[in-house]
Amino acid sequence: MTVIDQPTPALSVLARRGDVLLRARELGICLAIVLVFGLTTLKNSGFAGVLSVQQLLTGASLFALLAVGETMVIVTRNVDLSVGSVLGLSAYLVGDYFKHNPHAPIVMGFVIGIAIGALVGAINGAITTLFRVPSLVVTLAALYIVRGFLAHVVNGRRIESDSIPEAFQKIGYKTVPGIDRLPWLAVLVIVVVAVVAYMMKSFRWARDIYAIGSNPDAAALAGLPVARRVFTAFVVSGALAGLGGALFLAEFATVDASGGTGYELQVVSAVVVGGVAIFGGSGTVVGAALGAVLLNMINQALGALGVSAFWTYAVAGALLLTAIAFDRWVGLRVARRLRTGAGGSYVV
Amino acid sequence: MSSAPDLTQTAEPAAPLLVLERAVKSFGAVRALEDGSVTLYPGEAHALLGENGAGKSTLVKILAGVHQPESGRLLIDGEPVTFSGPAASRAAGVSIIYQEPTLFPDLSVAENIFVGRQPLRGGRRLNPAEMARRAREVFARLGVHIDPARQARGLSVADQQIVEIAKALSFNARVIVMDEPTAALTLVEVERLFDVARTLCAQGAAVLFISHRLEEVFTLCQRATIMRDGRFVRSALVSELTIDSIIRSMVGRDLAALFPKTATEAGEVLLEVDRLTREGVFTDVSFDVRRGEIVALAGLVGAGRSEVARAIFGIDRRDAGTVTVRGKELPNGSPRAAMAAGVALVPEDRRQQGLVMEMAIDHNVALASLDNLQERGLIRRSRERLLAADWATRLQLKYGRVKNPVSTLSGGNQQKVVLAKWLARGPQVLIIDEPTRGIDVGTKAEVHRLLDELVGQGMAVLMISSELPEVLGMADRVLVIREGRLVAEIARADADEDSIMRAATGQLAVSPA
Repeated sequence: MTVIDQPTPALSVLARRGDVLLRARELGICLAIVLVFGLTTLKNSGFAGVLSVQQLLTGASLFALLAVGETMVIVTRNVDLSVGSVLGLSAYLVGDYFKHNPHAPIVMGFVIGIAIGALVGAINGAITTLFRVPSLVVTLAALYIVRGFLAHVVNGRRIESDSIPEAFQKIGYKTVPGIDRLPWLAVLVIVVVAVVAYMMKSFRWARDIYAIGSNPDAAALAGLPVARRVFTAFVVSGALAGLGGALFLAEFATVDASGGTGYELQVVSAVVVGGVAIFGGSGTVVGAALGAVLLNMINQALGALGVSAFWTYAVAGALLLTAIAFDRWVGLRVARRLRTGAGGSYVV
Repeated sequence: MSSAPDLTQTAEPAAPLLVLERAVKSFGAVRALEDGSVTLYPGEAHALLGENGAGKSTLVKILAGVHQPESGRLLIDGEPVTFSGPAASRAAGVSIIYQEPTLFPDLSVAENIFVGRQPLRGGRRLNPAEMARRAREVFARLGVHIDPARQARGLSVADQQIVEIAKALSFNARVIVMDEPTAALTLVEVERLFDVARTLCAQGAAVLFISHRLEEVFTLCQRATIMRDGRFVRSALVSELTIDSIIRSMVGRDLAALFPKTATEAGEVLLEVDRLTREGVFTDVSFDVRRGEIVALAGLVGAGRSEVARAIFGIDRRDAGTVTVRGKELPNGSPRAAMAAGVALVPEDRRQQGLVMEMAIDHNVALASLDNLQERGLIRRSRERLLAADWATRLQLKYGRVKNPVSTLSGGNQQKVVLAKWLARGPQVLIIDEPTRGIDVGTKAEVHRLLDELVGQGMAVLMISSELPEVLGMADRVLVIREGRLVAEIARADADEDSIMRAATGQLAVSPA
């Protein structure tokens, strides 16, 4: 019976398609980014200008950063809808800290921002895992509670740019020497994406996260620490949203109670467009970050082409549908090929 | 792994690997296991036999560490052990292969084997090369080839089980429990699984094998333990047992005949299938089924048998060919039209396709007959209950209350509910896919008697079955499908295991259709 056990070479090639497709997805988004950028530049050469590209990268950076944390949560078959509110809370509280401590080292801004975010993430994660409440509900509640708390703290005030240390603001607008289109903010986010992407490939806890999202029951049966890993994913998502808050403050230098409103849905959209399965188990942080860049670029491109800002929402929605339809189509095709391929291997 | 004493034939070695003695387990008032006892020696394949509800699953779950027995004792290598949970059982060298393995579809095969304990290199980082190497090593020990780098998604059930066995082996499991592993496998896959099991035994492991297919027990196992009603009945060498003696021990009575198909006179053609084709799945399939006839569609799983049934019933569209029922051609892709023409389809997977598991028994029975039960657009609950009660009596359904969810029934009784659901429509043509998969011997015989009775009353039955004894016992004619083509039609008189298997595997053409 050994003969029939040998899969045909064609089968094993097919079997690897899942992996290849993931990479193809990232390539596809890169292609879309280049295409949108190129076409828009043809119509409006200002789009490739120094300020425009800077603005593009700065704008996309925050979403890409949040998308990284969101990816970890969604891969576990959960969702974090509180990231926008967390970003707003962190931005305001960091600003408030600088207002009262004008000579504090700027690194404190990041420490405080990350701590605030991690705290909210820990609460989200604890409620989700300890009380087995669907994360959709938990983080939706957190979205409102955090925003309400923020409104209470802010009480109609606003942090102005003169309260923020100059050095801190520079992170938001300074560019890398010699590459005047590349802001430091983007460099920082690229580093975060690269580090997390590497970790997601290289560590057991990260592979556990994929296993949990792929088949939660099997994960528990295999003795994986499911609750702890899901908790960690929420803490990371919160921490990155908190870091995002500090960067938001550095970028805009002024903040009120509304910072980050509505970001959560843009972040989830970016993650899905970036090829992360909404029911968990697969997808990469690089894909999600690229998804954020693409969505952001389309926003700005429509502006540069003189299309009404209202249309950007419709386009974002259409892109989301296209991405999901594409996933479904590819998924069905691969499933069919794998099945017929497998069936064929039993008959010599 | 210690040296494996030779015991494959008759001699029992001195030291058993695992002993379970007089284990008792109750769930509420129900005593699922009154005397669970089994002894496993290294290097043996040991069958655990019993009807559904005999306590096999409970015994397995005790070995798996999922349930803790209330009394009794468990010895491994002569040392008493208690399993606090699945992890403890696994650490003691016991691995369970379930009928439906639970893999991670998005992860690679290698990662599935080593999840949670992947080999590491510096800085606690994963070492994918080492992981792939070890996975290949395990597969080599099993004598099978599965690409460790491929995604688990899309693996056949058989390959998924092999991955589970590889996982067990990578844990250095010495006791491997296979809980009905063959129920969803093709014959070729069963052969391969048996080869793997024999390899494990040769390496000194003990395999506890559970199956409803008794002939498999004779193929694979050296000893067998038989259970009835939660109690140990007997352990014996398989060579000293016969199918009859096993069944007597299992049911505590003689079954007159397992497959009571009585001879019937075939009447006019009720179902005619002409050059039916679905691209890439099956091609040019033509046959007919007459009144009073059971026609079996045999072949390996994946040959396209169920797909033909789905296309006849209109669940899948056909690309070419016609389906004619009582002289009227059925429109393409319309189950409603097929139902209206008097066709019923009992699908192979009752949990996924046949039943709404959390819905009450009576709702499930009535599901296909709602058109007849309604008055002015509202369903009459009383008529629904009556219908269900009527069929429950006719099929001797064992149930608590008709309001209970179907999920509370045993597998055999669930199958009866699916049958009732379709028979309630009074079909002329019954297509039934794997009529007795995973149900116990007693219920099996009841289902067979029922089918016999139905064709006696003038129904035409198209039966798909992977169990050759069932095909040989029940069918008036056997159609064999291989790789999507009808390759043989064998009359009852000429049909035997050999002729069907040859046609199904393409080793020799038998009177091509």
